[in-house]
Amino acid sequence: MNGPAPNTRQARVPPWRNEHVLRVAAQAVVLLAAALFVGFLVRNLTTAMAGRGLSLGFGFLDLTAGFDIAESPIPYRSTDTYGQAFLVGLLNTLSVSAAGIVLATILGVLVGVARLSTNWLVNRVASVYVEIIRNTPLLVQLVILYFAVFLQLPPVADAVELPGAIFLSQRGLFLPAPELTPSFGRWLVFVAVGLGVAVAAGIVAARRASAGRPTRRLGMIGPVTFVAIAVGGWLLAFQAPIVIDLPARQRFNFVGGMGLSPEFAALLFGLVLYTAAFIGEVVRGGIQAVRRGQWEAARALGLSERQALRLIVFPQALRVIVPPLTSQYLNLAKNSSLAIAIGYPDMFKIGVTMSNQTGQPVPVILLVMGTYLVISLATSLLMNIYNRRVQVLES
Amino acid sequence: MTSATLQPPHVRVGPIAWLRVNLFSTWYNAILSLLIGALLAWVILQFAGWALGAARWDVITRNMRLFLIGQFPADQAWRIWLNLAVISGLAGLSGGSAGGAVRTLATSVAAAQLLFAGLIAVSGIGLLGSVAYLANAALVWIGLVAGMRRLVPQRMVTIGWLVSLPASFILVAGVGDTAIPSVSTNLWSGLLLTLLLATVGIVLSFPFGVVLALGRRSALPAVRWLSTAYIELIRGVPLVTILFMADIMLPLFLPGELRIDRVARAMGGITLFSAAYVAENVRGGLQAIPTGQVEAAHALGLNGFLTNRFIVLPQALRAVIPANVGLFISLLKDTTLVTIVGLLELLGIGRSVLAQSESLGAQMEVYVFVAALFFVVSFAMSQASYRLETSLGVGKR
Repeated sequence: MNGPAPNTRQARVPPWRNEHVLRVAAQAVVLLAAALFVGFLVRNLTTAMAGRGLSLGFGFLDLTAGFDIAESPIPYRSTDTYGQAFLVGLLNTLSVSAAGIVLATILGVLVGVARLSTNWLVNRVASVYVEIIRNTPLLVQLVILYFAVFLQLPPVADAVELPGAIFLSQRGLFLPAPELTPSFGRWLVFVAVGLGVAVAAGIVAARRASAGRPTRRLGMIGPVTFVAIAVGGWLLAFQAPIVIDLPARQRFNFVGGMGLSPEFAALLFGLVLYTAAFIGEVVRGGIQAVRRGQWEAARALGLSERQALRLIVFPQALRVIVPPLTSQYLNLAKNSSLAIAIGYPDMFKIGVTMSNQTGQPVPVILLVMGTYLVISLATSLLMNIYNRRVQVLES
Repeated sequence: MTSATLQPPHVRVGPIAWLRVNLFSTWYNAILSLLIGALLAWVILQFAGWALGAARWDVITRNMRLFLIGQFPADQAWRIWLNLAVISGLAGLSGGSAGGAVRTLATSVAAAQLLFAGLIAVSGIGLLGSVAYLANAALVWIGLVAGMRRLVPQRMVTIGWLVSLPASFILVAGVGDTAIPSVSTNLWSGLLLTLLLATVGIVLSFPFGVVLALGRRSALPAVRWLSTAYIELIRGVPLVTILFMADIMLPLFLPGELRIDRVARAMGGITLFSAAYVAENVRGGLQAIPTGQVEAAHALGLNGFLTNRFIVLPQALRAVIPANVGLFISLLKDTTLVTIVGLLELLGIGRSVLAQSESLGAQMEVYVFVAALFFVVSFAMSQASYRLETSLGVGKR
């Protein structure tokens, strides 16, 4: 380098051409503009709110709600506070989202595999399902399920009975439910012991495998002892630890079993059917993204079909699947807010009721949006941690 | 190896062999085929029995006008026809000159109009509407032919599109007391409102989304943080809450003297919402540009703005066209949510039709019809987007 030293050149650059100065100035201008804009909005908001007697405080959360909620996982009466009503809504949102995510994943994987099936009929049926679901609005699907299916079901006396003691009626969906008996605790001890043995056997097997010694027997011993101890415990517990509680028809409703209200059932089915179509495409894309050469190379190395799937194809497919799967889970949780259209008391619906009753829409909207944001961010955080674990490290 | 490339041998498969390979290759495939075949047959029979027998389609045909243009004044309906004619002609011209996916899209515009012509013919609106739709379909076809023969220069077509979008909005909205009196947005409803909301949403959110995407990749931390915060904030909450906020809080955010009506509020909410998703799509396109492109541009002496304007954005935006068509489809479906804040788009109109005493109990008919309309539009577009993807070579490894 025979030019001037960098620091002397820097000194000669006028400030309006100095990149550092320009960068700082540009950011200052952007921040100032953003601050002015937000300030303008907030000023308008405060004037408008003062003019209409609205407040920003959250004090109303301690007031008596005075409205009933059709279903709640925790005890709730109309004499409870708005804060408790909101909590009920949050729990309802979380429960429908959690159930939806589990079921949609199962159905979605089935759909994705069916789309890749060599069986022409299976393949076509899955494709038609995916196209119909993906090209119609979820809200329309929900109102069809609720207003045109669940509300049109026969009354309890003529309930439709599906195989496996499942009843469909105007009162919703009734399913057999597992019920824990007092001996469940004792049985749990057996299960824990069995699990301990299985894990120990697994660890020993893994050690031996890394040392290059044969492990085939040990790999089998773990699961076999686990099943044996669990079954033995079941028999020794005097009383079956888990019994199946069947729904029984009464005059106006069913008792026993697990009952899902028409609103919950319609929302859950709608969300599951909708999201499963998208998850199916994600799964199909993930499996197709693993090149054929990977299969062939795995086979050439002497791995069996199952080993190739488990050790070679699946980890690579997972790497492609996890990020879009996360956004589908988030979509499902956010889409559960459509519950308001069919009257399921989720967080958004309760928020709207609260806003109407208290006449304080601004803090209620902030509370609802903030909670959704926290749910979304927490889910993506968890899935990002999982995603980091399944990523194949390439150096 | 010979140098001549041999075509793969042509295998002719008889129906029996086809069945054996595709349905009964193994014992479990055979069981699966039989089970699913039986289930499918049952579902189709049930549905056909309902659709051809029990269903009361007169509820739909009687209210066809409501479904299509809602409560738009009947004597002003020519404005919508004019709009449709302009769009048909332009779609034909673009399809003719561009070919590929655009042509598929233009053809499906024509097909949709033929479908509507048929629907109107069986409903009570009168044959005039049918004829008008047929004429529109013919217009698409004329446009296609003219486009293929290059009778109209490409630049004219582009200008036509750019002019027609705001022009058609003004035509629908109307101006004061002129020959096209303004039509109150309370009367905007049905499929018309659905299409307006989706189109305005995507058109307005596009520039905003591009700015956000560039901001998120900016070298200036303040700009990057602001853009990222906006995008993640919007993507973290459901659209319903944003529409609700737009409905209730937008009037509070604006200066007291400024009043905006419900449709404009919904459009604002949709635009703010979809901008974040456009931004993420565009960011995907930006990331796909090799760094060498930017370095080469810098080496040629282009500054940051010129690099983005002439090197990065043209390539990135072309790469994200299919993704944005997908976004438009989901936006179109998402416009149904404005029923929750009380606007009567297609689904909302369906609900008000169901409130008529003579439509009692026809939920399935009305909602299936609404779903079918959505399906036709978004299926056509998703097919076009798929073809676009293949022709642009996006997503090829």
